[in-house]
Amino acid sequence: MKHVYGWLLLTPAAILLVGFTHYPAAATLVDSFFSTGTALRPSHFVGLANYAALGADPIFWQVLGNNLAFALGTIPTSIALAMLMAIWVNDRLPARALVRMSYFTPTILPMIAVANLWLFFYTPQIGLVDKLTALFGVPSHNWLGDPRTVMGCIAVMTVWKEAGFFMIFYLAALQSLPPELGEAARIEGASRWYFFRRVTFPLLMPTTLFVLVNATINSFKLVDHLFILTKGGPDNASNLLLYYIYQVAFSFFDTAYASTLTVVLLALLAALAIAQFQLIEKRVHYR
Amino acid sequence: MRLQGANAPLLEAGAAWLLALLWVLPLAYAIWAAVHPATLATHFDPFAPLTLANFRKAWTYAPFARHFLNTVLLVTMILAAQLVLCTLAGFAFARFEFAGHNVAFGLVLVQLMVMPEVLIVENYRTMARLGLVDTILGIGLPYMASAFGIFLLRQTFKTIPRELEDAARVEGCSMLGVLWRVYVPLARPTYLAYALVSVSYHWNNFLWPLIITNSVNTRPLTVGLAIFGAPESGVDWAVISAGTLMAVSPLLVAFLLFQRQFMQSFMQAGIK
Repeated sequence: MKHVYGWLLLTPAAILLVGFTHYPAAATLVDSFFSTGTALRPSHFVGLANYAALGADPIFWQVLGNNLAFALGTIPTSIALAMLMAIWVNDRLPARALVRMSYFTPTILPMIAVANLWLFFYTPQIGLVDKLTALFGVPSHNWLGDPRTVMGCIAVMTVWKEAGFFMIFYLAALQSLPPELGEAARIEGASRWYFFRRVTFPLLMPTTLFVLVNATINSFKLVDHLFILTKGGPDNASNLLLYYIYQVAFSFFDTAYASTLTVVLLALLAALAIAQFQLIEKRVHYR
Repeated sequence: MRLQGANAPLLEAGAAWLLALLWVLPLAYAIWAAVHPATLATHFDPFAPLTLANFRKAWTYAPFARHFLNTVLLVTMILAAQLVLCTLAGFAFARFEFAGHNVAFGLVLVQLMVMPEVLIVENYRTMARLGLVDTILGIGLPYMASAFGIFLLRQTFKTIPRELEDAARVEGCSMLGVLWRVYVPLARPTYLAYALVSVSYHWNNFLWPLIITNSVNTRPLTVGLAIFGAPESGVDWAVISAGTLMAVSPLLVAFLLFQRQFMQSFMQAGIK
Protein backbone atom coordinates (compact mmCIF):
# COMPACT_ATOMS: atom_id res chain seq x y z
CA MET A 1 0.00 0.00 0.00
CA LYS A 2 2.74 2.46 0.88
CA HIS A 3 4.02 2.25 -2.70
CA VAL A 4 0.62 3.15 -4.13
CA TYR A 5 0.01 5.97 -1.64
CA GLY A 6 3.50 7.36 -2.07
CA TRP A 7 3.25 7.57 -5.82
CA LEU A 8 -0.33 8.83 -5.74
CA LEU A 9 0.69 11.73 -3.49
CA LEU A 10 3.66 12.50 -5.66
CA THR A 11 1.93 12.26 -9.06
CA PRO A 12 0.50 15.80 -9.42
CA ALA A 13 3.85 17.42 -8.65
CA ALA A 14 5.73 14.82 -10.69
CA ILE A 15 3.72 15.53 -13.86
CA LEU A 16 4.53 19.24 -13.68
CA LEU A 17 8.17 18.68 -12.77
CA VAL A 18 8.71 16.28 -15.64
CA GLY A 19 6.75 18.51 -18.01
CA PHE A 20 8.63 21.72 -17.27
CA THR A 21 12.06 20.58 -16.09
CA HIS A 22 13.10 17.12 -17.22
CA TYR A 23 11.32 16.93 -20.55
CA PRO A 24 12.45 20.39 -21.73
CA ALA A 25 16.01 19.70 -20.58
CA ALA A 26 16.08 16.49 -22.62
CA ALA A 27 14.33 18.12 -25.59
CA THR A 28 16.88 20.95 -25.53
CA LEU A 29 19.70 18.44 -25.84
CA VAL A 30 17.95 16.64 -28.74
CA ASP A 31 17.17 19.93 -30.51
CA SER A 32 20.81 20.95 -30.38
CA PHE A 33 21.52 18.17 -32.91
CA PHE A 34 18.87 19.40 -35.36
CA SER A 35 18.61 22.44 -37.58
CA THR A 36 16.01 25.16 -37.06
CA GLY A 37 12.99 24.30 -39.18
CA THR A 38 11.56 26.84 -41.63
CA ALA A 39 8.46 26.75 -43.80
CA LEU A 40 10.51 25.60 -46.78
CA ARG A 41 13.05 23.40 -45.03
CA PRO A 42 11.79 21.32 -42.10
CA SER A 43 14.11 20.64 -39.21
CA HIS A 44 16.60 17.84 -39.89
CA PHE A 45 19.45 16.08 -38.11
CA VAL A 46 22.72 17.96 -38.42
CA GLY A 47 24.93 16.13 -35.91
CA LEU A 48 27.37 18.47 -34.22
CA ALA A 49 26.98 21.30 -36.74
CA ASN A 50 25.35 23.58 -34.17
CA TYR A 51 28.25 22.99 -31.81
CA ALA A 52 30.71 23.76 -34.58
CA ALA A 53 28.82 27.01 -35.21
CA LEU A 54 28.99 27.70 -31.49
CA GLY A 55 32.76 27.26 -31.42
CA ALA A 56 33.09 29.65 -34.36
CA ASP A 57 30.66 32.25 -33.00
CA PRO A 58 32.68 35.20 -31.68
CA ILE A 59 29.63 36.55 -29.84
CA PHE A 60 29.29 33.30 -27.88
CA TRP A 61 32.87 33.56 -26.65
CA GLN A 62 32.46 37.23 -25.90
CA VAL A 63 29.31 36.54 -23.92
CA LEU A 64 30.96 33.72 -22.01
CA GLY A 65 33.90 36.02 -21.25
CA ASN A 66 31.45 38.68 -20.09
CA ASN A 67 29.80 36.18 -17.76
CA LEU A 68 33.19 35.35 -16.29
CA ALA A 69 34.17 39.01 -15.95
CA PHE A 70 30.79 39.76 -14.41
CA ALA A 71 31.21 36.95 -11.87
CA LEU A 72 34.77 37.99 -11.02
CA GLY A 73 33.78 41.63 -10.81
CA THR A 74 30.75 41.23 -8.57
CA ILE A 75 31.22 38.17 -6.38
CA PRO A 76 34.39 38.94 -4.36
CA THR A 77 33.19 42.52 -3.74
CA SER A 78 29.71 41.36 -2.73
CA ILE A 79 31.16 38.77 -0.38
CA ALA A 80 33.61 41.18 1.25
CA LEU A 81 30.89 43.77 1.72
CA ALA A 82 28.41 41.19 3.00
CA MET A 83 30.93 40.02 5.59
CA LEU A 84 31.65 43.57 6.68
CA MET A 85 27.94 44.38 6.91
CA ALA A 86 27.27 41.26 8.96
CA ILE A 87 30.09 42.01 11.40
CA TRP A 88 28.88 45.57 11.86
CA VAL A 89 25.26 44.62 12.27
CA ASN A 90 26.23 41.87 14.71
CA ASP A 91 27.98 44.40 16.96
CA ARG A 92 26.19 46.74 19.33
CA LEU A 93 25.59 49.67 17.07
CA PRO A 94 23.29 52.67 17.54
CA ALA A 95 20.09 52.12 15.51
CA ARG A 96 21.31 48.71 14.46
CA ALA A 97 17.94 47.52 13.16
CA LEU A 98 17.75 50.51 10.83
CA VAL A 99 21.22 49.85 9.45
CA ARG A 100 20.41 46.17 8.90
CA MET A 101 17.21 47.10 7.13
CA SER A 102 19.01 49.50 4.78
CA TYR A 103 21.47 46.79 3.80
CA PHE A 104 18.78 44.22 3.13
CA THR A 105 16.18 46.35 1.34
CA PRO A 106 17.61 45.97 -2.20
CA THR A 107 17.10 42.20 -1.90
CA ILE A 108 13.34 42.46 -2.04
CA LEU A 109 13.20 44.84 -5.01
CA PRO A 110 12.68 43.36 -8.48
CA MET A 111 15.73 43.64 -10.73
CA ILE A 112 13.61 45.57 -13.24
CA ALA A 113 12.83 48.26 -10.67
CA VAL A 114 16.49 48.37 -9.60
CA ALA A 115 17.53 48.86 -13.22
CA ASN A 116 14.97 51.66 -13.61
CA LEU A 117 16.41 53.44 -10.58
CA TRP A 118 20.03 53.02 -11.63
CA LEU A 119 19.46 53.85 -15.27
CA PHE A 120 18.96 57.42 -14.26
CA PHE A 121 22.17 57.51 -12.21
CA TYR A 122 24.13 56.61 -15.30
CA THR A 123 22.33 58.94 -17.72
CA PRO A 124 24.85 61.35 -19.26
CA GLN A 125 24.74 64.96 -18.03
CA ILE A 126 21.61 64.79 -15.86
CA GLY A 127 22.45 61.52 -14.04
CA LEU A 128 23.80 61.52 -10.50
CA VAL A 129 27.11 59.89 -11.50
CA ASP A 130 27.83 62.56 -14.08
CA LYS A 131 26.93 65.29 -11.60
CA LEU A 132 29.29 63.86 -9.02
CA THR A 133 32.17 63.47 -11.45
CA ALA A 134 31.51 66.99 -12.77
CA LEU A 135 32.39 68.31 -9.31
CA PHE A 136 35.90 66.99 -9.93
CA GLY A 137 36.03 68.48 -13.40
CA VAL A 138 35.57 65.18 -15.25
CA PRO A 139 33.75 65.73 -18.56
CA SER A 140 30.34 64.12 -19.14
CA HIS A 141 30.51 60.47 -20.08
CA ASN A 142 28.03 57.99 -21.56
CA TRP A 143 28.57 55.35 -18.88
CA LEU A 144 26.31 52.66 -20.30
CA GLY A 145 27.11 53.49 -23.92
CA ASP A 146 30.85 52.94 -23.62
CA PRO A 147 32.06 49.32 -23.90
CA ARG A 148 34.84 50.09 -21.39
CA THR A 149 32.58 51.28 -18.59
CA VAL A 150 29.30 49.45 -19.16
CA MET A 151 30.24 46.24 -17.30
CA GLY A 152 31.61 48.18 -14.36
CA CYS A 153 28.36 50.12 -14.06
CA ILE A 154 26.28 46.96 -14.08
CA ALA A 155 28.65 45.31 -11.60
CA VAL A 156 28.27 48.17 -9.11
CA MET A 157 24.50 47.91 -9.35
CA THR A 158 24.58 44.13 -8.86
CA VAL A 159 26.80 44.42 -5.78
CA TRP A 160 24.30 46.90 -4.35
CA LYS A 161 21.46 44.48 -5.06
CA GLU A 162 23.09 41.33 -3.68
CA ALA A 163 25.43 42.18 -0.78
CA GLY A 164 22.55 42.53 1.71
CA PHE A 165 21.18 39.14 0.77
CA PHE A 166 24.53 37.45 1.42
CA MET A 167 24.84 39.41 4.66
CA ILE A 168 22.05 37.42 6.31
CA PHE A 169 23.96 34.16 5.88
CA TYR A 170 27.04 35.65 7.52
CA LEU A 171 24.89 37.11 10.26
CA ALA A 172 23.44 33.68 11.02
CA ALA A 173 26.93 32.16 11.02
CA LEU A 174 28.30 34.87 13.32
CA GLN A 175 25.47 34.36 15.77
CA SER A 176 26.22 30.66 15.96
CA LEU A 177 29.85 31.30 16.98
CA PRO A 178 30.46 30.85 20.72
CA PRO A 179 30.69 34.27 22.45
CA GLU A 180 33.57 32.94 24.60
CA LEU A 181 35.87 33.38 21.58
CA GLY A 182 35.39 37.13 21.57
CA GLU A 183 35.72 37.35 25.34
CA ALA A 184 38.94 35.36 25.32
CA ALA A 185 40.36 37.57 22.60
CA ARG A 186 39.43 40.69 24.57
CA ILE A 187 41.16 39.39 27.70
CA GLU A 188 44.25 38.56 25.64
CA GLY A 189 44.12 42.07 24.20
CA ALA A 190 43.85 40.97 20.57
CA SER A 191 43.01 43.78 18.14
CA ARG A 192 39.73 43.66 16.21
CA TRP A 193 41.56 43.17 12.94
CA TYR A 194 43.70 40.37 14.37
CA PHE A 195 40.62 38.66 15.82
CA PHE A 196 38.85 38.91 12.47
CA ARG A 197 41.83 37.60 10.50
CA ARG A 198 42.70 34.69 12.80
CA VAL A 199 39.33 33.69 14.27
CA THR A 200 36.22 35.04 12.55
CA PHE A 201 37.32 34.77 8.93
CA PRO A 202 38.44 31.13 9.11
CA LEU A 203 35.31 30.15 11.03
CA LEU A 204 33.15 31.80 8.38
CA MET A 205 34.83 29.80 5.61
CA PRO A 206 31.98 27.26 5.13
CA THR A 207 29.54 30.17 4.75
CA THR A 208 31.86 31.90 2.29
CA LEU A 209 32.08 28.79 0.11
CA PHE A 210 28.32 28.39 0.24
CA VAL A 211 27.72 32.01 -0.71
CA LEU A 212 30.34 31.77 -3.43
CA VAL A 213 28.57 28.93 -5.21
CA ASN A 214 25.16 30.57 -4.87
CA ALA A 215 26.50 33.88 -6.14
CA THR A 216 28.04 32.17 -9.15
CA ILE A 217 24.74 30.48 -9.98
CA ASN A 218 22.96 33.83 -9.67
CA SER A 219 25.44 35.47 -12.00
CA PHE A 220 24.28 33.07 -14.74
CA LYS A 221 20.56 33.33 -14.01
CA LEU A 222 20.11 37.03 -13.42
CA VAL A 223 19.81 38.99 -16.66
CA ASP A 224 16.61 41.02 -16.13
CA HIS A 225 18.50 44.31 -15.76
CA LEU A 226 19.93 44.03 -19.28
CA PHE A 227 16.44 44.48 -20.73
CA ILE A 228 16.31 47.97 -19.23
CA LEU A 229 19.89 49.16 -19.09
CA THR A 230 21.70 48.05 -22.23
CA LYS A 231 19.94 45.26 -24.16
CA GLY A 232 23.32 43.54 -24.07
CA GLY A 233 25.04 46.44 -25.82
CA PRO A 234 26.91 48.39 -26.86
CA ASP A 235 28.09 45.81 -29.38
CA ASN A 236 27.51 42.91 -26.94
CA ALA A 237 29.89 44.47 -24.41
CA SER A 238 27.43 43.75 -21.57
CA ASN A 239 25.69 40.69 -23.01
CA LEU A 240 25.37 37.60 -20.81
CA LEU A 241 24.72 33.99 -21.76
CA LEU A 242 21.04 33.76 -20.76
CA TYR A 243 20.26 37.09 -22.42
CA TYR A 244 22.01 35.94 -25.58
CA ILE A 245 19.87 32.77 -25.52
CA TYR A 246 16.80 34.98 -25.28
CA GLN A 247 17.96 37.08 -28.22
CA VAL A 248 18.78 34.09 -30.41
CA ALA A 249 15.48 32.38 -29.64
CA PHE A 250 13.03 35.28 -29.58
CA SER A 251 14.65 37.99 -31.73
CA PHE A 252 16.54 35.91 -34.33
CA PHE A 253 14.17 32.92 -34.08
CA ASP A 254 17.03 30.44 -34.37
CA THR A 255 15.68 27.93 -31.84
CA ALA A 256 18.16 25.17 -32.66
CA TYR A 257 21.12 27.43 -31.93
CA ALA A 258 19.35 28.75 -28.81
CA SER A 259 19.02 25.13 -27.66
CA THR A 260 22.72 24.57 -28.25
CA LEU A 261 23.52 27.61 -26.13
CA THR A 262 21.11 26.37 -23.47
CA VAL A 263 22.98 23.06 -23.34
CA VAL A 264 26.14 25.02 -22.48
CA LEU A 265 24.28 26.88 -19.73
CA LEU A 266 22.85 23.62 -18.37
CA ALA A 267 26.33 22.07 -18.35
CA LEU A 268 27.67 25.05 -16.41
CA LEU A 269 24.82 24.88 -13.91
CA ALA A 270 25.31 21.12 -13.51
CA ALA A 271 29.00 21.65 -12.75
CA LEU A 272 28.06 24.22 -10.13
CA ALA A 273 25.44 21.87 -8.68
CA ILE A 274 28.10 19.20 -8.24
CA ALA A 275 30.38 21.74 -6.57
CA GLN A 276 27.57 22.75 -4.24
CA PHE A 277 26.73 19.16 -3.42
CA GLN A 278 30.33 18.43 -2.49
CA LEU A 279 30.38 21.49 -0.29
CA ILE A 280 27.36 20.24 1.60
CA GLU A 281 29.09 16.89 2.11
CA LYS A 282 32.16 18.69 3.43
CA ARG A 283 30.11 20.77 5.81
CA VAL A 284 28.75 17.60 7.40
CA HIS A 285 32.33 16.52 8.11
CA TYR A 286 33.17 19.96 9.37
CA ARG A 287 30.58 19.74 12.14
CA MET B 1 18.16 38.11 15.98
CA ARG B 2 19.61 38.17 19.44
CA LEU B 3 21.88 40.77 20.90
CA GLN B 4 25.50 39.80 20.79
CA GLY B 5 28.93 41.11 20.05
CA ALA B 6 31.10 43.91 21.29
CA ASN B 7 30.46 47.63 21.04
CA ALA B 8 31.61 48.74 17.63
CA PRO B 9 34.40 51.34 17.78
CA LEU B 10 33.17 54.81 16.89
CA LEU B 11 34.97 54.90 13.56
CA GLU B 12 33.41 51.63 12.47
CA ALA B 13 29.97 52.66 13.61
CA GLY B 14 30.36 55.76 11.46
CA ALA B 15 31.42 53.67 8.49
CA ALA B 16 28.49 51.30 9.01
CA TRP B 17 26.16 54.28 9.03
CA LEU B 18 27.73 55.78 5.94
CA LEU B 19 27.32 52.52 4.06
CA ALA B 20 23.70 52.26 5.18
CA LEU B 21 23.10 55.77 3.92
CA LEU B 22 24.71 54.89 0.60
CA TRP B 23 22.52 51.79 0.41
CA VAL B 24 19.21 53.66 0.80
CA LEU B 25 20.32 56.43 -1.53
CA PRO B 26 18.91 54.98 -4.79
CA LEU B 27 15.52 54.40 -3.23
CA ALA B 28 15.54 57.74 -1.42
CA TYR B 29 16.46 59.47 -4.66
CA ALA B 30 13.57 57.78 -6.47
CA ILE B 31 11.19 58.97 -3.77
CA TRP B 32 12.61 62.48 -4.04
CA ALA B 33 12.12 62.53 -7.80
CA ALA B 34 8.65 61.03 -7.61
CA VAL B 35 7.21 63.65 -5.27
CA HIS B 36 8.59 66.70 -7.08
CA PRO B 37 7.64 68.27 -10.41
CA ALA B 38 9.63 66.75 -13.27
CA THR B 39 11.57 69.97 -13.90
CA LEU B 40 12.87 69.94 -10.32
CA ALA B 41 13.63 66.21 -10.09
CA THR B 42 17.35 66.70 -10.63
CA HIS B 43 17.76 69.84 -8.56
CA PHE B 44 18.21 69.48 -4.86
CA ASP B 45 16.16 72.23 -3.38
CA PRO B 46 14.76 71.16 -0.02
CA PHE B 47 11.95 73.68 -0.35
CA ALA B 48 10.80 72.53 -3.78
CA PRO B 49 7.03 72.09 -3.88
CA LEU B 50 5.73 68.57 -3.30
CA THR B 51 3.32 66.96 -5.72
CA LEU B 52 1.53 63.69 -6.36
CA ALA B 53 1.05 64.48 -10.04
CA ASN B 54 3.75 62.02 -11.08
CA PHE B 55 1.89 59.14 -9.47
CA ARG B 56 -1.33 60.16 -11.18
CA LYS B 57 0.47 60.40 -14.52
CA ALA B 58 2.15 57.04 -14.11
CA TRP B 59 -1.16 55.47 -13.20
CA THR B 60 -2.75 56.75 -16.42
CA TYR B 61 0.25 56.35 -18.79
CA ALA B 62 0.40 52.61 -18.22
CA PRO B 63 -2.43 50.21 -17.30
CA PHE B 64 -1.05 49.81 -13.79
CA ALA B 65 -4.37 48.72 -12.29
CA ARG B 66 -4.50 45.80 -14.71
CA HIS B 67 -0.84 44.90 -14.07
CA PHE B 68 -1.49 44.93 -10.32
CA LEU B 69 -4.49 42.67 -10.75
CA ASN B 70 -2.51 40.28 -12.97
CA THR B 71 0.36 40.09 -10.49
CA VAL B 72 -1.96 39.49 -7.55
CA LEU B 73 -3.79 36.77 -9.48
CA LEU B 74 -0.50 35.24 -10.55
CA VAL B 75 1.16 35.07 -7.12
CA THR B 76 -2.05 33.85 -5.48
CA MET B 77 -2.56 31.12 -8.02
CA ILE B 78 1.05 29.97 -7.88
CA LEU B 79 1.13 29.95 -4.09
CA ALA B 80 -2.16 28.08 -3.74
CA ALA B 81 -1.07 25.39 -6.20
CA GLN B 82 2.40 25.17 -4.64
CA LEU B 83 1.00 24.69 -1.15
CA VAL B 84 -1.20 21.79 -2.26
CA LEU B 85 1.27 20.06 -4.58
CA CYS B 86 4.30 20.49 -2.33
CA THR B 87 2.39 19.34 0.76
CA LEU B 88 1.33 16.12 -0.94
CA ALA B 89 4.74 15.43 -2.44
CA GLY B 90 6.60 16.43 0.72
CA PHE B 91 4.37 14.12 2.74
CA ALA B 92 5.05 11.27 0.30
CA PHE B 93 8.82 11.70 0.66
CA ALA B 94 8.70 12.16 4.43
CA ARG B 95 6.46 9.25 5.40
CA PHE B 96 6.23 6.68 2.57
CA GLU B 97 9.25 4.63 1.64
CA PHE B 98 7.76 3.83 -1.74
CA ALA B 99 9.69 2.03 -4.45
CA GLY B 100 12.10 4.41 -6.14
CA HIS B 101 11.66 7.25 -3.64
CA ASN B 102 15.38 8.04 -3.55
CA VAL B 103 15.67 8.33 -7.32
CA ALA B 104 12.44 10.33 -7.46
CA PHE B 105 13.72 12.72 -4.79
CA GLY B 106 16.97 13.20 -6.69
CA LEU B 107 14.99 14.05 -9.81
CA VAL B 108 12.92 16.57 -7.87
CA LEU B 109 16.07 18.30 -6.63
CA VAL B 110 17.23 18.83 -10.22
CA GLN B 111 14.74 21.71 -10.40
CA LEU B 112 16.64 23.61 -7.70
CA MET B 113 19.37 24.14 -10.27
CA VAL B 114 17.43 24.09 -13.54
CA MET B 115 14.72 26.66 -12.93
CA PRO B 116 12.04 26.99 -15.63
CA GLU B 117 13.46 30.32 -16.82
CA VAL B 118 16.62 28.59 -18.02
CA LEU B 119 14.59 26.39 -20.39
CA ILE B 120 12.71 29.26 -22.06
CA VAL B 121 12.87 27.85 -25.59
CA GLU B 122 11.32 24.45 -24.87
CA ASN B 123 8.88 25.69 -22.25
CA TYR B 124 7.57 28.28 -24.69
CA ARG B 125 7.01 25.49 -27.21
CA THR B 126 5.15 23.40 -24.62
CA MET B 127 2.93 26.33 -23.72
CA ALA B 128 2.19 26.95 -27.40
CA ARG B 129 1.14 23.30 -27.75
CA LEU B 130 -1.10 23.57 -24.68
CA GLY B 131 -2.60 26.82 -26.00
CA LEU B 132 -1.44 28.65 -22.88
CA VAL B 133 0.67 31.39 -24.46
CA ASP B 134 -0.45 34.77 -23.16
CA THR B 135 -2.42 33.41 -20.22
CA ILE B 136 -1.76 33.89 -16.51
CA LEU B 137 -1.94 30.13 -16.07
CA GLY B 138 0.85 29.86 -18.64
CA ILE B 139 3.09 32.12 -16.55
CA GLY B 140 2.43 30.18 -13.36
CA LEU B 141 2.26 26.55 -14.47
CA PRO B 142 6.02 25.83 -14.69
CA TYR B 143 6.51 27.03 -11.10
CA MET B 144 3.68 25.20 -9.40
CA ALA B 145 5.58 22.03 -8.56
CA SER B 146 8.42 23.64 -6.64
CA ALA B 147 11.39 21.49 -5.69
CA PHE B 148 12.27 23.96 -2.96
CA GLY B 149 8.77 23.68 -1.45
CA ILE B 150 8.80 19.88 -1.60
CA PHE B 151 12.23 19.78 0.01
CA LEU B 152 11.33 22.24 2.76
CA LEU B 153 8.10 20.45 3.69
CA ARG B 154 9.72 17.03 3.58
CA GLN B 155 12.34 18.22 6.07
CA THR B 156 9.67 19.71 8.34
CA PHE B 157 7.36 16.68 8.19
CA LYS B 158 10.27 14.41 9.05
CA THR B 159 10.79 16.19 12.36
CA ILE B 160 7.19 15.56 13.48
CA PRO B 161 7.08 12.56 15.89
CA ARG B 162 5.36 9.49 14.52
CA GLU B 163 3.54 8.99 17.83
CA LEU B 164 1.27 11.92 16.96
CA GLU B 165 0.37 10.25 13.69
CA ASP B 166 -0.24 6.91 15.40
CA ALA B 167 -2.50 8.54 17.98
CA ALA B 168 -4.57 10.17 15.25
CA ARG B 169 -4.82 6.87 13.40
CA VAL B 170 -6.10 5.15 16.52
CA GLU B 171 -8.77 7.84 16.70
CA GLY B 172 -9.83 6.76 13.22
CA CYS B 173 -8.15 9.43 11.09
CA SER B 174 -7.58 8.58 7.42
CA MET B 175 -4.22 9.14 5.79
CA LEU B 176 -5.20 12.49 4.34
CA GLY B 177 -6.92 13.30 7.63
CA VAL B 178 -3.63 12.76 9.43
CA LEU B 179 -1.87 15.03 6.94
CA TRP B 180 -4.50 17.75 7.33
CA ARG B 181 -5.01 17.54 11.12
CA VAL B 182 -1.51 16.66 12.36
CA TYR B 183 1.21 17.50 9.84
CA VAL B 184 -0.09 20.69 8.24
CA PRO B 185 -0.89 22.54 11.52
CA LEU B 186 2.50 21.63 12.99
CA ALA B 187 4.34 22.85 9.90
CA ARG B 188 2.76 26.32 10.03
CA PRO B 189 6.06 28.27 10.46
CA THR B 190 7.49 26.49 7.43
CA TYR B 191 4.43 27.38 5.38
CA LEU B 192 4.73 31.01 6.39
CA ALA B 193 8.42 31.17 5.47
CA TYR B 194 7.79 29.45 2.17
CA ALA B 195 4.84 31.70 1.32
CA LEU B 196 6.91 34.83 1.90
CA VAL B 197 9.70 33.63 -0.36
CA SER B 198 7.32 32.41 -3.05
CA VAL B 199 5.29 35.62 -3.14
CA SER B 200 8.44 37.79 -3.22
CA TYR B 201 9.96 35.68 -5.97
CA HIS B 202 6.94 35.72 -8.25
CA TRP B 203 6.07 39.34 -7.56
CA ASN B 204 9.55 40.18 -8.85
CA ASN B 205 9.96 37.53 -11.55
CA PHE B 206 10.47 38.91 -15.04
CA LEU B 207 12.08 36.84 -17.81
CA TRP B 208 9.53 34.03 -18.19
CA PRO B 209 6.48 36.31 -17.80
CA LEU B 210 7.99 38.61 -20.45
CA ILE B 211 8.38 35.76 -22.92
CA ILE B 212 5.03 34.09 -22.41
CA THR B 213 2.80 37.19 -22.33
CA ASN B 214 2.04 39.64 -25.12
CA SER B 215 -1.00 41.61 -24.03
CA VAL B 216 -2.02 44.01 -21.29
CA ASN B 217 -4.53 41.51 -19.94
CA THR B 218 -1.85 39.07 -18.83
CA ARG B 219 1.31 41.11 -18.24
CA PRO B 220 2.35 41.29 -14.60
CA LEU B 221 3.81 44.41 -12.96
CA THR B 222 7.46 43.70 -13.74
CA VAL B 223 6.77 43.34 -17.46
CA GLY B 224 4.52 46.39 -17.48
CA LEU B 225 7.19 48.32 -15.64
CA ALA B 226 9.87 47.28 -18.12
CA ILE B 227 7.80 48.52 -21.07
CA PHE B 228 6.91 51.71 -19.24
CA GLY B 229 10.44 52.41 -18.05
CA ALA B 230 12.23 51.59 -21.30
CA PRO B 231 14.14 54.66 -22.55
CA GLU B 232 12.32 54.53 -25.89
CA SER B 233 8.95 55.02 -24.16
CA GLY B 234 9.89 58.69 -23.74
CA VAL B 235 8.30 59.03 -20.29
CA ASP B 236 10.17 61.45 -18.06
CA TRP B 237 12.15 60.28 -15.12
CA ALA B 238 9.93 61.59 -12.35
CA VAL B 239 7.03 59.57 -13.71
CA ILE B 240 9.16 56.45 -14.12
CA SER B 241 10.25 56.81 -10.48
CA ALA B 242 6.65 57.12 -9.40
CA GLY B 243 5.66 54.03 -11.41
CA THR B 244 8.59 52.03 -10.09
CA LEU B 245 7.73 52.95 -6.52
CA MET B 246 4.11 51.98 -7.02
CA ALA B 247 5.13 48.58 -8.38
CA VAL B 248 7.49 47.77 -5.50
CA SER B 249 5.50 49.37 -2.69
CA PRO B 250 3.32 46.42 -1.60
CA LEU B 251 6.34 44.18 -1.09
CA LEU B 252 8.42 47.00 0.36
CA VAL B 253 5.76 47.91 2.91
CA ALA B 254 5.30 44.25 3.86
CA PHE B 255 9.06 43.98 4.34
CA LEU B 256 9.26 47.10 6.50
CA LEU B 257 6.49 45.71 8.72
CA PHE B 258 7.80 42.14 8.99
CA GLN B 259 11.56 42.56 8.54
CA ARG B 260 12.63 39.77 10.82
CA GLN B 261 10.29 37.24 9.29
CA PHE B 262 11.42 38.25 5.78
CA MET B 263 15.12 37.91 6.55
CA GLN B 264 14.68 34.56 8.24
CA SER B 265 12.57 33.23 5.38
CA PHE B 266 15.05 34.36 2.75
CA MET B 267 17.84 32.75 4.72
CA GLN B 268 15.99 29.44 4.91
CA ALA B 269 15.35 29.68 1.20
CA GLY B 270 19.01 30.23 0.47
CA ILE B 271 20.37 27.46 2.65
CA LYS B 272 17.80 24.85 1.54
